[in-house]
Amino acid sequence: MFLAILKRLLMLVPVLIGITLISFLLLQIMPGDPASRAMGSRASAEDLQAMRELWGLDKPIWVQYFYFLRDCVTGSFGVSIFHKQPIITLVADRLPYTLAIVLYSTVIALVIALPFAILAAANRGRFLDVAIRQIFVVLIALPPFWLCYVLILWLALNLGMFPTGGVGTGFFANLYRLFLPSLVVGLSTAALIQQSLRAALIDAMKADYVDTARAKGLRGYEVFLRHILPNSLISTISIIGVRVSWIIGGTVVVEKIFSVPGLGSLLIDSIVSRDLPVIRGLTVFFAVMVVTVNLIADICYALADPRIRLE
Amino acid sequence: MRVLGNLLRTVSGAAGLAMLIMTMAATVLTPFLSPYDPFALDFANAMQPPSAAHWFGTDNFGRDIFTRVMAGAVYDMRLALICVFGPMAIGVLIGLVAGYLGGRIDAALMRLTDIVWAFPFYVLVLAIVGVLGPSETNLYIAFFLVNWIGYARIIRGETLLISRLEFIEATRVLRFGKLRVTLRHILPNAITPALVYSMSDVVLTVQAVAAMSFFGLGVQPPAPEWGLLIVESIDYMRDAPWMTVFPGLAIVWIGIAFALLGEGLSTALKPKG
Repeated sequence: MFLAILKRLLMLVPVLIGITLISFLLLQIMPGDPASRAMGSRASAEDLQAMRELWGLDKPIWVQYFYFLRDCVTGSFGVSIFHKQPIITLVADRLPYTLAIVLYSTVIALVIALPFAILAAANRGRFLDVAIRQIFVVLIALPPFWLCYVLILWLALNLGMFPTGGVGTGFFANLYRLFLPSLVVGLSTAALIQQSLRAALIDAMKADYVDTARAKGLRGYEVFLRHILPNSLISTISIIGVRVSWIIGGTVVVEKIFSVPGLGSLLIDSIVSRDLPVIRGLTVFFAVMVVTVNLIADICYALADPRIRLE
Repeated sequence: MRVLGNLLRTVSGAAGLAMLIMTMAATVLTPFLSPYDPFALDFANAMQPPSAAHWFGTDNFGRDIFTRVMAGAVYDMRLALICVFGPMAIGVLIGLVAGYLGGRIDAALMRLTDIVWAFPFYVLVLAIVGVLGPSETNLYIAFFLVNWIGYARIIRGETLLISRLEFIEATRVLRFGKLRVTLRHILPNAITPALVYSMSDVVLTVQAVAAMSFFGLGVQPPAPEWGLLIVESIDYMRDAPWMTVFPGLAIVWIGIAFALLGEGLSTALKPKG
């Protein structure tokens, strides 16, 4: 088990190098001199020169890449032009909110998708199954940025049940204030995972151990709760693992609209203020987040499934 | 033609196609359905609620929202279809090349797609437009750079799978050229899952294109693009919610149409037996 995790970690090294390489190339596709593009037209000649030296713009391109790689490995991810701080400091302040929305929305997505997946799987091919599928088709078609405003208009402005945005202090205050943003991400995630969950449940229902459990006299709901559900929940881990990139991407839009000071708001703000080092550093950071969650999902999957654990 | 027949026999496929044809008919017939100009200002009739005269109401400049939403349909559909089927063509080509050549080129291409896959879609598109600067052209560039990945992976996987099937073995016995086999026998079979995937891709791309314009990073005002209609409505949302609601419903409508079409296609294209 330990060896398997170590091997998996070693396999990550080329992926991480690839991620930094692509983020590095991102700034290379930009026409013109990166320093003057980043500093704006009002920058003084000394500032521009300092920028060129900091990024190594006078050096060959592969040296520039190693400058950037050094920043990533030493943990600063570069320095923001606008905030004049290492990017990692900016990230550290905002990461908790983004992680909170990722977790919260995943829970919401499961709470919504699982009961419908169970109902659909239990009534496979019948009217209820088809009807549930149509509900989720509509859910997929809802554009998240618009849904944010519909919910703000309906639940926040008209009914006054929720604040229109912002965050609070403490766990319960944020559980309340982050509900709407997490709901928007959760709904779109639920739409994406419901079909896979249904398929996983149907697979589990067809397994031989279900026949065995029935043969030894267990009742329908007992078979379901003790055999079918636990086994299909294991595959839920990998289904969410596959979708995590989508979930993390979804936080960007809702954070900005609900004024949550997370990584997504930072990304959009730095695009507006053309803070290029932050844009580059954040793309690396978002990808590292996805890779890390995938790794965690793989390890959880291995821990939950004895067949993989014993390998 | 046979595929179209099969598609029409599925309930979802027929419904999706009907919704699309209705949309197209409505955009073509807009001059007959509404006497208004999507850009003409009419302050006397500003922020009118939906009525017989203005089906979707009017905005803060008195412009008819139905006319603007219909003008937006042309805009958004063109954007979304180019941003899906352009990258799809690239992805299919790359996937075929990877599957056809195999070996090192295949391994390198797949490592590349693995790495790009790690970036959340919205983050990568936002970052590319952020670096290049907000404009419609740069929006296209961003989608072309990102959206081919899914197709390359699907086509490459299918190519490998189909290459092992008996009828491909048979072409080897017949000494058909490898290029001919790939184009005439593997591609037509491998394209099916990519086509089904492209339908759900259209759903998400319509939303993404509108979201980019919403954040000021895509189509620029005064174009009657759906994301722009929504962002322009936000300040008046409380007094004139129809300004926000109807352009959004248009996105939902198109989304449902393509989602149903995708569902129908996956049934219609499934081989018999």
